[in-house]
Amino acid sequence: MAWRDSRRNRARLLLFISSVVLGIAALVAIYSLGDNLRQNIDNQAAELLGADLEISGSRPAGTRMQKLIDSLGTQRSEERSFASMIYFPKNGGSRLAQVRALKGEFPYYGELETQPATAAQAFRDQRQALVDQTLMLQYGAQVGDSIRLGEITFAIAGVLLKAPGQTGISTTVAPSVYIPLRYLEQTGLAQKGSRINYRYYFQLAPKTDAGGLVKLIKPRLDVEGLRYETIESQKEDTGRSFRDLTRFLALVGFIALLLGCIGVASAIHIYVREKLNSIAVLRCLGVKASQAFLIYLIQITGIGIIGSVIGAVLGTVIQQFLPLVIEDFLPIEVTTDISWSAIGQGLVLGVLISILFALLPLLSIRKISPLNVLRASYEPTGRATDPVAWVVYALIVLFIFGFTLLQMKDWREAAVFTGSVLGAFFVLIGMAMLLMWLVRRFFPASWSYLWRQGLANLYRPNNQTAILMVAIGLGTAFICTLYFVQGILLSRVTLSSSGNQPNIVLFDIQSAQRDEVVALARQQGLPVNQTVPIVNMRLEEVNGNTALEAQKDTTIEVPRWLFGREYRVTFRDSLTASEKVTEGAWQGVAPATGLAPVSLEQGFARRSNIEIGDTLSFNVQGTLIPTVVSSFREVDWNRLQTNFVVVFPTGVLEQAPQFHVLLTHVPSQEVSARFQQAVVRQFPNISIIDLGLILKVLDDLFEKIGFVIRFMAGFSILTGLVVLVASVLISKYQRIQESVLLRTLGASRRQIFVITALEYFFLGALAAATGILLALAGSWALARYNFETEFQPQFLPVLIIFVLVSLITVIIGLVNSRGILSRPPLEVLRQDV
Amino acid sequence: MNTILSLQQVSKTYRSGNRDLTVLDHVSFDVPAGSTMAIVGPSGSGKTTLLGLCAGLDRATSGSVHLHDTRLDGLSEDQLAAVRNRYVGFIFQNFQLLPTLTALENVMVPLELRGEKNIRPRALDLLDKVGLADRSHHYPTQLSGGEQQRVSLARAFSNQPQILFADEPTGNLDAETSEKVVHLLFDLNRDAGTTLVLVTHDLDLAAKTQRIIRIKGGRISSDERVGMQDSN
Repeated sequence: MAWRDSRRNRARLLLFISSVVLGIAALVAIYSLGDNLRQNIDNQAAELLGADLEISGSRPAGTRMQKLIDSLGTQRSEERSFASMIYFPKNGGSRLAQVRALKGEFPYYGELETQPATAAQAFRDQRQALVDQTLMLQYGAQVGDSIRLGEITFAIAGVLLKAPGQTGISTTVAPSVYIPLRYLEQTGLAQKGSRINYRYYFQLAPKTDAGGLVKLIKPRLDVEGLRYETIESQKEDTGRSFRDLTRFLALVGFIALLLGCIGVASAIHIYVREKLNSIAVLRCLGVKASQAFLIYLIQITGIGIIGSVIGAVLGTVIQQFLPLVIEDFLPIEVTTDISWSAIGQGLVLGVLISILFALLPLLSIRKISPLNVLRASYEPTGRATDPVAWVVYALIVLFIFGFTLLQMKDWREAAVFTGSVLGAFFVLIGMAMLLMWLVRRFFPASWSYLWRQGLANLYRPNNQTAILMVAIGLGTAFICTLYFVQGILLSRVTLSSSGNQPNIVLFDIQSAQRDEVVALARQQGLPVNQTVPIVNMRLEEVNGNTALEAQKDTTIEVPRWLFGREYRVTFRDSLTASEKVTEGAWQGVAPATGLAPVSLEQGFARRSNIEIGDTLSFNVQGTLIPTVVSSFREVDWNRLQTNFVVVFPTGVLEQAPQFHVLLTHVPSQEVSARFQQAVVRQFPNISIIDLGLILKVLDDLFEKIGFVIRFMAGFSILTGLVVLVASVLISKYQRIQESVLLRTLGASRRQIFVITALEYFFLGALAAATGILLALAGSWALARYNFETEFQPQFLPVLIIFVLVSLITVIIGLVNSRGILSRPPLEVLRQDV
Repeated sequence: MNTILSLQQVSKTYRSGNRDLTVLDHVSFDVPAGSTMAIVGPSGSGKTTLLGLCAGLDRATSGSVHLHDTRLDGLSEDQLAAVRNRYVGFIFQNFQLLPTLTALENVMVPLELRGEKNIRPRALDLLDKVGLADRSHHYPTQLSGGEQQRVSLARAFSNQPQILFADEPTGNLDAETSEKVVHLLFDLNRDAGTTLVLVTHDLDLAAKTQRIIRIKGGRISSDERVGMQDSN
């Protein structure tokens, strides 16, 4: 019976279910990707690290540590990496790069992929370098050209295509240059005070238990402040971050699926209403209420299965392209094998969710009385009073919770997510409703009838306006938030470069070079906005407690991260324009005896539970300096200038090993290039950060992240559009009636076309506006509380998004309304349109 | 009296499967302006098709229809729409109100399509005449069947039509409500001097008009002048 009853409606039922196809496709694609990632990470973890064990730190190993290092593994490699300017003599270009000075045969697993392939080995024995391909492209360099690094030049042995653990994103931010370690000394870049990372790579004897070994030496590594990584821990770390990524993507896919389901539910609601008569006839013929209900439940289940199968096939196809989207973030090669478990999950999910959401409207079938045959206006009793409906609502919430629990494995997180999803839907729907209400309430009555009728059409009985606005609005919100956040970050950088604000930072200036660099800047006609001494130090004790003591004694409320990090500290006798004291008293000069009074940034002090009057003991290259916290400062971090968490008074650190930072303002790209060349030639150890470069890196980064976000937003918008197509088609009957009636009353074809176009314009525009408003609110909150900056949204891209979303909605709506517009008016007299 | 509607040898044939189905077969009659008439006949006799042709909602296969001196068969769809908007009012069995508009807005639609200004007072006045002034801001779903039909009466008269076509105007109403609506229809019609063409099954209703045309098998089986209109 279910099969026979569906005869005239199969195409329509399929269309309803197509709204869930996209959601299932997204989930199957993401699950498959997750499965493949997991397998690939397992298989490639060794190549990811390149060694069995890596030990790293920010200080060279002491003698005791060196002994330990020399005793580990069958093979060892050593790497020192730091940021430095590299200079291309051929065309005078220079740029900050990550220099990796390498000794040994690292990597032991996988390889340095180079062009030509022999270069990966050849550069180790000569004064040669491997240069990252983004740098090579940027400066038009060829293999065989030379680059200058500090005092000496290296021949480019080859182009570096890929190194262990490196991703497309990391090379954009910090392109690498490999050189042999034995030439590091000659470059003159490894001086005291330079910020160098030390890494040791080990290949262990076969069958060595790296985990056991690490456990053994961990206490000694902790004391020295060294970190370690084994293949197993690398596997876990990488696995964790990508599990987070796939979970996040899966949740986004799930939201698309939920949107689709709500669309299905409202479509089926209308379907049931139209079926009222046939159901009533069946009831007259003796079909029980439960049987009638079953007939339609079987139909929906069948359609749910078909929809899920289509979704799973589509998802498997999409999965082939997903790695292309995120390859820049992946340090490994991703295969695209078919994942049967992902397909299975997708199928089960699809069928379950379509039944669950269809249940709500189907429940009303049980209430359809045979009386409907005799009286068309006989209304079934409302759903809200049906206690079974509440059970279904509860099941839906439970299902969302269960699904997220499966993803997150943490019931609290799952509860928060479920709550947030429900909350977000209510906010979105509330916003959509509010907007609709406002537009309707304040729509100028003097506007022409066509505009008013177009708007009024959104309120047609059984309309799906709210759900369409939510689906399309959500996608719009995703895309807009992306642009806004991009704008916030970029404007922070660009704003700070306006006027005479500094836009170039020179750092790593040795004390002896300071006056010469200042002179060089002045000679080029550039202002010296600021020169600041910087001393690197570690925190040894807080109120007399060391890291170890703080760890053992839980009553000491000092967070552990306070001790692990390196502090870059300056000293001066006065506050800068971007600071003001909020608590305590500023002391610019240290007293001759006693503790040195230091000032802390207030946020840092709050996070680390430090109070005014607490004592801090800093370690500067082995010398302990006892201090007392005398004041807290509020710091405006948004200005491009050197700001510090800890500021010392004068009279303490003058003789400590230090380097200097100089800030200046260049009026143009040409002046900037000339100045950078002069600095790199004369002071090769000095690094330069050009604001232009930061902008470029940020742009690159956003282009890549943006692609992922747009991809996900695409699912939401597409689902919205499918729901739109379905809703246009299910309301066709009503639309035909309206349009035919208007034709009868004398409306021209053009008038009806304009009314229909305006209806979709209002729908698209209101949905886009809902999304944009949501994005504005979210981005404002992000700007205010996260980035702590002014929010100045870019309106041009937003306007473009608004117009595009509205236009697409109008086009899709009109294309699907073609048949409706051309109906002859005679049908107004016929009942069965 | 002038003739407002004239049908000459009008036939309508539909193609059904492989054969032609003649629904109207050489029908001719004239309707004087200001008169009232009813078209009656059994189901499938061609009444509704005839009404559609008279009102310019459909085109005859052969023959000619003149409405207010305009020959309809030569006009485009948009020209027909303009003629309807100018000269014709409609009342339907199932009311046919736009569900998205209030009662008042529904009454205003024909005038708005014409682009007329300051129409609100006129529409309110009509709603007042049908006794719904206090329900002008209600949507169709908030009105009873009788009330909806009264709104549709107000709409039918809003563009001051020369001729009013009513298709089973009481078909969906109970006896008491029907009685009221019929009274209202004839009262308004008499006041405005509009020509009225009714299609109905209800012989009592038909008897209230001045002339009854009976249709059977697509032909006029009788054309009976009843005498003076009696709506009271």
